[in-house]
Amino acid sequence: GRLVGRGSGSEQRRTLDDDMLEQLEELLIAADMGVDTALRVTANMAEGRLGKKLSAREIKELLAAEVARVMEQVAKPMPIYAHRPQVVLVVGVNGSGKTTTIGKLASQFKAAGKNVVIAAGDTFRAAAVEQLQVWGERAGVPVLTAPEGSDPASLAYDAMTQAQADGADLLLIDTAGRLQNRADLMEELSKIIRVIRKKDETAPHNTLLVLDATTGQNALNQVEIFQKLADVSGLVMTKLDGTAKGGVLVALADKFALPIHAIGVGEQIDDLAPFDPEEFAAALTGLDQS
Amino acid sequence: MFENLSERLSGVFDRLTKQGALSEEDVKTALREVRVALLEADVSLPVARDFVKKVQDQATGQSVTKSVTPGQQVVKIVHDALVDVLRGDEDLGTLKIDNPPAPILMVGLQGSGKTTTTGKLAKRLKDKEGKRVLMASLDVYRPAAMDQLAVLGAQIGVDTLPIVAGQKPVDIAKRAKQQAALGGYDVYMLDTAGRLQIDEVLMQEVEDVRDVVSPRETLLVVDGLTGQVAVEVAEEFDAKIGISGVVLTRMDGDGRGGAALSMRAVTGKPIRFVGLGEKMDAIETFEPERVAGRILGMGDIVALVEKA
Ligand SMILES: Nc1nc2c(ncn2[C@@H]2O[C@H](COP(=O)(O)OP(=O)(O)OP(=O)(O)O)[C@@H](O)[C@H]2O)c(=O)[nH]1
Ligand SMILES: Nc1nc2c(ncn2[C@@H]2O[C@H](COP(=O)(O)OP(=O)(O)OP(=O)(O)O)[C@@H](O)[C@H]2O)c(=O)[nH]1
Ligand SMILES: [Mg+2]
Ligand SMILES: [Mg+2]
Repeated sequence: GRLVGRGSGSEQRRTLDDDMLEQLEELLIAADMGVDTALRVTANMAEGRLGKKLSAREIKELLAAEVARVMEQVAKPMPIYAHRPQVVLVVGVNGSGKTTTIGKLASQFKAAGKNVVIAAGDTFRAAAVEQLQVWGERAGVPVLTAPEGSDPASLAYDAMTQAQADGADLLLIDTAGRLQNRADLMEELSKIIRVIRKKDETAPHNTLLVLDATTGQNALNQVEIFQKLADVSGLVMTKLDGTAKGGVLVALADKFALPIHAIGVGEQIDDLAPFDPEEFAAALTGLDQS
Repeated sequence: MFENLSERLSGVFDRLTKQGALSEEDVKTALREVRVALLEADVSLPVARDFVKKVQDQATGQSVTKSVTPGQQVVKIVHDALVDVLRGDEDLGTLKIDNPPAPILMVGLQGSGKTTTTGKLAKRLKDKEGKRVLMASLDVYRPAAMDQLAVLGAQIGVDTLPIVAGQKPVDIAKRAKQQAALGGYDVYMLDTAGRLQIDEVLMQEVEDVRDVVSPRETLLVVDGLTGQVAVEVAEEFDAKIGISGVVLTRMDGDGRGGAALSMRAVTGKPIRFVGLGEKMDAIETFEPERVAGRILGMGDIVALVEKA
């Protein structure tokens, strides 16, 4: 942004005043943080420092530290329970990266010595099952499927039965993409959950909402409604290998405090990383560039 | 979740009882709210800034119609200005698909809706314009991407280029071109793999495809829920590949669709279609009024002021 010229200019010290605060707000807004959260973050950062002379780098460090402080509270890996099978339901809007993330998760849990099963719960989208089967092969994990157009809840039920019979450690259930304002599709999701609970009332043990980093403020609606109707227990943000900074995560942390388990950083099987608040904050504020 | 613009403005103008002309101060106060409303709708920051400046000049000194509040008046001015930008001034006409076989190249980020939109547009061309369409998937990366397009083709009764394992995108494009010419197709549509605008290798790949087929239309497919990055994505795809238009998907959601304004304002490229669902007929031509109303999170105020 215009806040800091790179190179020699950045050694100059500037007064932290209203003008500077507005520029910082804009930097955060441009990273999708949203107006309210950007105002709050800059205000917190400026507390007790107004009128101080600071270098551009110092200012960014302070801002990044403030973001990291907020995010530290939500940076938590997906909890693993002794319960068998631990059922992980993966939900989200269309195209956010659910299926790919399941492939990546399966591979990581497999590598950690877990006995993993995947259920191809997207019985709607063209070739969704085939896509997941390829991921199953890559991860070396079996994929339970049902014909296109069949009821995803009944597949989930069968998958529960199978995973219990096999003594699997983890059952990862993919679902079709759905926009949160589609009441009928959200009800379908509730039904999947009800059916899973018939087999195990403690399940699903994790319900992961997969968010796309390029998404703007609509992510707030996504979390609110998926949490209400599907009991979301944690978030994964994909596509952070692009130029979108995913700033809406800060607004989400503020508002919902849901744990962020992992981030997607590419299309390959190993491109799933733990959520690192410091790294995230540095990228968001541009500190990693200066 | 967010207040719409008229709610925001009613708060601001409650304090102002006077009617008559909008003073500079009224307008300034109102435009601060407009700026926030645009940003919450995901309009990109520089675009929101320019837009507000433009509206400020238009609004100051305008007389307020007796039967509406100053807030409603400002909303109307903002709405009209939004429609202006979204519509642009060139006469769009239909897609350029004369000179058969006419190639249409579909590009965009991962998961934006390219494959689905390829199917929808093919169906539309077939049903509405009686065109013979061939679809080809150049996505050699995403698992089962080619199957996905083939399944859609079978669903809508549109031919797809037979899948040959191991072929490179440029070679698939050549084969599609040849097959389209030999088979007497009017249009051939090339669905490509999702790619980041900063991925040099994959951007070069699609440039090579473009050079092989010289597309009549190159459509950038963008998720209607996209945030601030929309501008950069549209700019980069346009700079590297040259786009002729944009398709905005997932407009059946409850997103405000500010990306439409950002991309239109920055690239000048028309938004051609909006995707309104997953089904193959869920696509419509772009209506600036509807999207303007959405960006502001309202619609009825405009009708009200128009009647007054
Ligand atoms: N660059 C990048 N691409 C990703 C990432 N995660 C997923 N993708 C890509 O995004 C696209 C959509 O991913 P999917 O896993 O099919 O998304 P989905 O949520 O299952 O989609 P639907 O089932 O259609 O709703 C694919 O092209 C993936 O390769 C990521 O972290 N980075
Ligand atoms: N609700 C809704 N879903 C859509 C729309 N357009 C596409 N989708 C869904 O979005 C998801 C991704 O669509 P695709 O067509 O596979 O996207 P893509 O750009 O080809 O994805 P990649 O090839 O992986 O880059 C699928 O679940 C589609 O059904 C739309 O307008 N509305
Ligand atoms: Mg999927
Ligand atoms: Mg595709």
